[in-house]
Amino acid sequence: MAKIKLSEKKIAELKEVCKSFNNEKGELINVLHKAQSIFGYLPAELQEVIAKELNVSVAHVYGVVTFYSFFTMLPKGEHPISICLGTACYVRGAEKVLEEFKRVLKIQVGETTPDGKFSLSCLRCVGACGLAPVVLVGEKVYGRVSPDGVKDIVAEYNN
Amino acid sequence: MAKIKYHMLVCGGTGCQASKSEEILKNFQDLINTKGLENEVQVIKTGCFGFCEKGPIVKMMPDNTFYTQVKPEDCAEILEEHIIKGRRVHRLLYQDPETGEYKSDSKHMGFYKKQIRIALRNCGFINPENIDEYIARDGYQALGKVLTELTPEGTIEILKKSGLRGRGGGGFPTGLKWEITRAVKADQKYVVCNADEGDPGAFMDRSVLEGDPHTVLEAMAINGYCTGADKGVIYIRAEYPLAVERLKIAMKQARESGLLGKDILGTGFNFDIEIRYGAGAFVCGEETALIHSMEGLRGEPTVKPPFPSESGFLGKPTNVNNVETYANIPAIILKGADWYASIGTEKSKGTKVFALAGKINNVGLIEVPMGITLREIIFEIGGGIKNDRKFKAVQTGGPSGGMLTEKDLDTPIDYDNLIAAGSMMGSGGMIVMDEDDCMVAMAKFYLEFTVEESCGKCSPCRIGNKRLFEMLEKVTQGHAVMEDLDKLRNLSHVIKDTSLCGLGQTSPNPVLSSMANFYHEYLEHVGDKKCRAGSCKSLMQYIIIPENCIGCTLCARNCPVDAISGERKQVHLIDQEKCIKCGACMEKCKFNAIFIK
Repeated sequence: MAKIKLSEKKIAELKEVCKSFNNEKGELINVLHKAQSIFGYLPAELQEVIAKELNVSVAHVYGVVTFYSFFTMLPKGEHPISICLGTACYVRGAEKVLEEFKRVLKIQVGETTPDGKFSLSCLRCVGACGLAPVVLVGEKVYGRVSPDGVKDIVAEYNN
Repeated sequence: MAKIKYHMLVCGGTGCQASKSEEILKNFQDLINTKGLENEVQVIKTGCFGFCEKGPIVKMMPDNTFYTQVKPEDCAEILEEHIIKGRRVHRLLYQDPETGEYKSDSKHMGFYKKQIRIALRNCGFINPENIDEYIARDGYQALGKVLTELTPEGTIEILKKSGLRGRGGGGFPTGLKWEITRAVKADQKYVVCNADEGDPGAFMDRSVLEGDPHTVLEAMAINGYCTGADKGVIYIRAEYPLAVERLKIAMKQARESGLLGKDILGTGFNFDIEIRYGAGAFVCGEETALIHSMEGLRGEPTVKPPFPSESGFLGKPTNVNNVETYANIPAIILKGADWYASIGTEKSKGTKVFALAGKINNVGLIEVPMGITLREIIFEIGGGIKNDRKFKAVQTGGPSGGMLTEKDLDTPIDYDNLIAAGSMMGSGGMIVMDEDDCMVAMAKFYLEFTVEESCGKCSPCRIGNKRLFEMLEKVTQGHAVMEDLDKLRNLSHVIKDTSLCGLGQTSPNPVLSSMANFYHEYLEHVGDKKCRAGSCKSLMQYIIIPENCIGCTLCARNCPVDAISGERKQVHLIDQEKCIKCGACMEKCKFNAIFIK
């Protein structure tokens, strides 16, 4: 992975986040949540700063980041698309919806379109099983999505 | 003083919010303001009503009219007709699918008739963001009673007598758990609320937290008093932003009212709660893994003993209970152990909340007495199978549970009966499957989940489940031989026997139970290379019926991989080697000339 140089300003911001949790190593997960909500993802450089601030090894931080599926080391698209693959959505055809998104966007799960507009991921249950299959674009929930409806959802964000 | 004549309860649960209930709320409020009805009509955003299939729900009080599938553009009509003219809007009432009758009151609807709501008693009734509404429905009275009239021992005795068992899935007696934690001597103890609902297809805990957050806070404070803890932690999934927000509001209000914090109700009892976030790891539902995650570590389980009640969060005695367990406790304290124990079966008392989903007409959240049968749940409450298909199986207990079939439909549901039937209670997910679902593919689906969620600490779970998944993949692709089925079964037993925690000890259950109930499907996949449900792609063949094909070339032109050949006005042929089974040809054919074999 190419090394990204974090700007001084961002490093300062990150240190501020760590400080708000008293640089307590037990707060690592909370720090990571906060950092991801600010920076969008958790690249290695960011983890190095956090490790130093909380006085733990980089390996420890990396271990936690990669353990939890909520944390990502790759930047997401402008409109992250998540397809729910919980059981309720699965039995109501979520897999076909996923296939259609892959086809329309020409990317695989975990990838971002070359223009940086969309990224594709799967998640397990948002708890809106009454609307299965469910797709999230950003924080907006689309219910009862059929493969035919995929193009319309994408088009909504393409203009 | 304003005299409110009508209360309009609008569902603010996740499902209904996704169907624009926020817009409905706003429309109602705008209309009320323009018509100057602020002193007569009040709009309240509530938690989940449970009937998610027909959301968004709007309930009118005091006449109990229950409107379903309301759209933002219906608001004007509801206000004009119902409130101003006093007439119900007929077309928005629930129509009984069997009789065609319109039901105005939810009490008469099949979905609600057999339910007993204890844990969900306030969901859909109160505004979860207003502590006064919770208090008006006896909220915090149980805490008051415990602190002023009861001893910790006396309270634990009530819980033990009530027969309440852990609703997270384990079914451990709650009163006994509290007693054990109480007996441990320590300078600091913790109580934890496990709100890391990870079972895909289950949304009970989220609905309680979104619809009635105070009940959890109250019960945690009672727990603190009984076990000798002054700190509580709620461990919740970061994927539940609405529940988190409502919990934060509730905690703030409770502190302001002196119901959390120092010297609660002037009794000298101190108790406060903080929130810690999960980050998407199913294994964190396991107590020891959850505690590690709360400490900022990887959520890996450790061997028990020591149990958390001896050495838990930060090495201190910790009592972990699940959201639904907590939600039952205030009601038990107020109404008594005998009342609670009068509901349910001999060994499983009270009610259980289930998230009913899958191929069923009434998807939603239900709370039913223990001892009810699956038949009642699926066919009466659930309204039967979608599109009149045939019932095939129901999975309880999520990825840790098993498939129950036709023969189990009349078994009374409780912890022990479900285990005897090869499944388990689990946290309350209930996924209904019909004849279009392939049981081998379902087992593979669950295994894929387990493989992804295995923490990797112990080898039976990390490696064994991966091998199980690969074998199932072989079966669904038609490459398996009979010997593989024996291997599948043997490995399942080894993983169950040797895994460290509950995740690995239960992960082969979907395989074992599908093999026990649907072995013929496995045999068909292996022997005949056939999937009777038509869901395993590799075993499917799209075939052109020569009699029906008129050679219009439409299918050939739409095939993305040029697998279809044939001259104009001649019968076409699909090259099975090239076909990727996308189904585009069948969709386009206007003459029903293509079928799936």
